Amino acid sequence: MENLLSLFVNSVFVGNILLSYFLGMCSFVAVSNNYKTAMGIGFAVIFVNSVTAPVNWLVFNYLLAPGALSWAGLPNMDLSFLKFITFIASIAAMVQIVEMIIDRFSQPLYTSLGVFLPLIAVNCAILGTSLFMVERQYSLPETIVFGFGAGTGWFLAMITLAAIRIKLLYADPPEGLKGYGLTMIVAGLMSMGFMIFSGISL
Amino acid sequence: MKLLNNKYIKTMSEPVIGNNPINVQMLGICSALAVTVQLKTAIVMGLALTFVVTFSNFIVSVFRKFVPENIRIIFELCVIASLVILADEFLKAYLFGISKQLSVFVGLIITNCLVMGRAETFALGNTPGISMMDGLGNGIGYSLVLIFVAFIRELFGSGSLLGYKIVPQFLYNAGYTDMGFMLLAPAAFIIIGLLVWLQKTLFKS
Repeated sequence: MENLLSLFVNSVFVGNILLSYFLGMCSFVAVSNNYKTAMGIGFAVIFVNSVTAPVNWLVFNYLLAPGALSWAGLPNMDLSFLKFITFIASIAAMVQIVEMIIDRFSQPLYTSLGVFLPLIAVNCAILGTSLFMVERQYSLPETIVFGFGAGTGWFLAMITLAAIRIKLLYADPPEGLKGYGLTMIVAGLMSMGFMIFSGISL
Repeated sequence: MKLLNNKYIKTMSEPVIGNNPINVQMLGICSALAVTVQLKTAIVMGLALTFVVTFSNFIVSVFRKFVPENIRIIFELCVIASLVILADEFLKAYLFGISKQLSVFVGLIITNCLVMGRAETFALGNTPGISMMDGLGNGIGYSLVLIFVAFIRELFGSGSLLGYKIVPQFLYNAGYTDMGFMLLAPAAFIIIGLLVWLQKTLFKS
């Protein structure tokens, strides 16, 4: 239990998937100029990430890992080289399913998240979470916590930057620095801020 | 002069600096930041991405008339993912150490917006030959930025280039120290930010 809690805190703050592993930068830069949109895409990432990480864990450990197919009578199979293509396919499929479920059961949520869901299939934060889970050899409970934590960390970084960019509208930077350049520097400063958490251990 | 007017050469040279994928088109930033602690990993990453984007542009462009509009994204993802698997297996076989350092970032070329972006905006509407040149140009532009950032980070962060010590010992004796900050995540953001500023000021359109 303690282990899971510290993993969660670690994935939200210290190992923030956006500010220390740089995943999901493209949508981070492109969408953060609007606070509402940032909020929507942030929630969608938490949601999809919490679903896809455990699903990919199951796929990897029961189909792809070396020796994983022993239940089917094929103990010498090693399909782990197929993980990229399987993960991206399962993410795309999960996104589609999530979209259909939301559409059926919660119309207001669908109208606010709907446009972002397809975009998320190609967000590197989602694929990155699944690949990190394989590389760090997490167990299933750890994967569930890590998926949720990574999504939450991404969401936090995203809305913070969006809020800062609202303030920046009133700033007066040099001409060439406006927009993209300034966003990157602000992200750098935020990343420094998040590093403060690295001293915390639970 | 005739050479420069050739549209193939033009398509290839344009994204190298003027329309650089990272600095101007804002594509593929994720990996650009993550692998630039060392020059060596940056060069390998640049090569891997150039390979993937060149051939994915070519293949997508060859099949552009046969693939129905609504399944094109899945099709593009399959082409890109297969190429990335090739690149990854190659790195594992011949450059195992570097492949370990790059860790998940080779796999993340799949979701690198640069590859998808070029396939969507260029390869779907152009002939195979010129699409390939466009991919090559974008790959080179991307690699140049990576190498530039990695050069700064490795030189000031660990005082070496490609693993060889560059900063002489007497400077250390005189009190010079490496900037540990350069090796951390924030430095990458700030260097790219400043680079964008430089580019915008130099190539104002």
